[in-house]
Amino acid sequence: MATATGPSPAVGPSFHTFISDARRDRRLVVQPRMGFSDTGAMTAGLRATRAARATTVGTITVDSYTRTGELGAVERALRDGVALNGYPLASIDPGVTRTMLGEVGHPSFPVQVRHGSAAPTKIFEALLEAGLDATEGGPVSYCLPYSRRPLHLAVAEWAHCCRRLAARREDGANPHLESFGGCMLGQLCPPGLLIAITVLEALFFRQHGIRSVSVSFAQQTNHRQDLEGVQALRALCAELLTDVDWHVVVYAYMGVYPRTPRGAREILRAAARLAHGGGAARLIVKTTAEAHRIPTIGENVEALELAAAAAADVTPQAVPDSGIRDEARQLIHAVLSMDADVGRALVSAFARGYLDVPYCIHPDNHAATTTSMDADGWLRWADVGSLPLTPDAVSSPPLLTSAGLLRALSHVQRSYDGA
Amino acid sequence: MNVYETGGTRPTALLAGPPSDAHTWNLLYLQLLMTELGWQVSNLGPCTPVRLLVAESARCAPDLVVISTVNGHGYHEGLTLIRSLRREAHLRDTPIVVGGKLGIDGPDDGSRLKRLRDAGYDDVFDGDGQVPRFQVLLDSLRHHARRQASPAPAVR
Ligand code: B12
Repeated sequence: MATATGPSPAVGPSFHTFISDARRDRRLVVQPRMGFSDTGAMTAGLRATRAARATTVGTITVDSYTRTGELGAVERALRDGVALNGYPLASIDPGVTRTMLGEVGHPSFPVQVRHGSAAPTKIFEALLEAGLDATEGGPVSYCLPYSRRPLHLAVAEWAHCCRRLAARREDGANPHLESFGGCMLGQLCPPGLLIAITVLEALFFRQHGIRSVSVSFAQQTNHRQDLEGVQALRALCAELLTDVDWHVVVYAYMGVYPRTPRGAREILRAAARLAHGGGAARLIVKTTAEAHRIPTIGENVEALELAAAAAADVTPQAVPDSGIRDEARQLIHAVLSMDADVGRALVSAFARGYLDVPYCIHPDNHAATTTSMDADGWLRWADVGSLPLTPDAVSSPPLLTSAGLLRALSHVQRSYDGA
Repeated sequence: MNVYETGGTRPTALLAGPPSDAHTWNLLYLQLLMTELGWQVSNLGPCTPVRLLVAESARCAPDLVVISTVNGHGYHEGLTLIRSLRREAHLRDTPIVVGGKLGIDGPDDGSRLKRLRDAGYDDVFDGDGQVPRFQVLLDSLRHHARRQASPAPAVR
């Protein structure tokens, strides 16, 4: 593996410091999903994010050729003048990225790389060379939803990359890694499993030297269930992540999105209320373009400001306990008891079906679990497969036909678009 | 899933996401839909390497190859892909279609579709609301496949 060259990057306030300062003032940090293949557009996007009327963190979303290692295709696209769905971080001269970051005020303005890669070495090298030290992912959550790569290979490469990132601590930095485990395929997964996966990934990061982590929770289809989920996640982190800095990040709905601007804004407001009301520190927003195409800079800024305003007048909300925390805890301990090494435990857990993501067709996922959805959007297990859980006593039929699946997938779209 | 089998020979389809596309809900949905409509579907999954697609189509000689892609690279990647596929002798005459969300800025004025067709796709389904038109195609291919499979000598 190549070693990072170039000047040692400037060490500024860490991602963690920025988040905890905002948290102390009860300000929700909001962040876009944003990436352009044109450096000018990327610079303008970061600048606009910073200038938005909200407490913001910048994002560089990486394009999917780079994510999947198709670097030849990146080159062809750039040559042909074809715009990509993100910033081709590994193909752009690190000096150019560093200049861009300087222009937008990094590191006082934190910038995170979001990339969805199961084989992320080149991306980690590029971000480190560009002077960045905050990114996202995980051995499970960037493998199962994002690739066909065998899980054990993703685990090995992610371990290596965590250690590369953690080495930045020697320069006095406090590199940050966020787990995408609270999203997985974005929809139709009961929250207990999402919580378990994101906490297990945080433990994996910790084992490989990272000391600043975030765990995620993607807004699902029932607000009360989501609030309980976010609170359960915080409670489990308090139990299990005692010696690292951690915070919770909420993702505005990651499934089939409302098509109307009104519906899209309304669900984003609900996401902001979920994040702030549930005690999360950060929210990743979605825009009115979500159901249709890659959003513009303006649409992103609108979403950031809308979410910040919607969060401002929310107070913490407590919800009754339906057992999400216990379910997640049971899964976490079942997995941890399989091996002292978290990575090996994760691989064994998927092999035995102790972790099994519904509707995930990755070859290392059993796919024996199915979900059902109540009329009010509450998600349940229709079939727990080999998960170490007691099957739900009350259950509706699983989603197994194209029409049934599409109906459940578009539950949110239907309710928010008012069709 | 044999529950959908209605007897007789079912036409076969290969379904795949192109190399850079990780989305799977589209694949799962199309797999269920086509199975319900009487097709035998082999879902190769997301991020399908071109050589796997070529090898699988040589192995099972499908009646139809369906490329589904929504990540916005479909237009660019779809062109490269169809050129590789059409270079293979055994894929020269196989119906191949592509659909999903093909660009990063929504459906265009149709020039993209034309280029994809010219490059070798039999049909292109860009944007939402294209499934009914796809079903019409499936129906006609299915009847065609059935005629070919019947013992009566085909007059062409
Ligand atoms: C869920 C989701 C994800 C999940 C996917 C998990 C998984 N393994 O599947 C996660 C979070 C991991 C994800 C990741 C990414 N995503 Co995504 N994702 C979505 C989302 C929210 C829903 C998609 C979905 O589940 N649809 C349900 C299925 C059933 O419908 P469908 O896919 O739309 O397909 C329908 C039609 O298109 C059509 N169709 C599809 N294929 C075909 C083929 C034929 C032949 C026919 C006839 C019809 C057809 O039939 C279906 C039923 O109507 C959409 C936005 C939205 N729609 O709300 C974005 C979206 C598709 N994602 C997008 C992008 C860009 C990405 C990323 C590249 C990240 C990024 N840069 O933002 C990565 C993918 C990385 C990669 N290597 O490809 C963009 C694509 C932009 C564009 N085309 O203009 C979208 C539109 C969001 C956006 N506005 O930015 N995503």
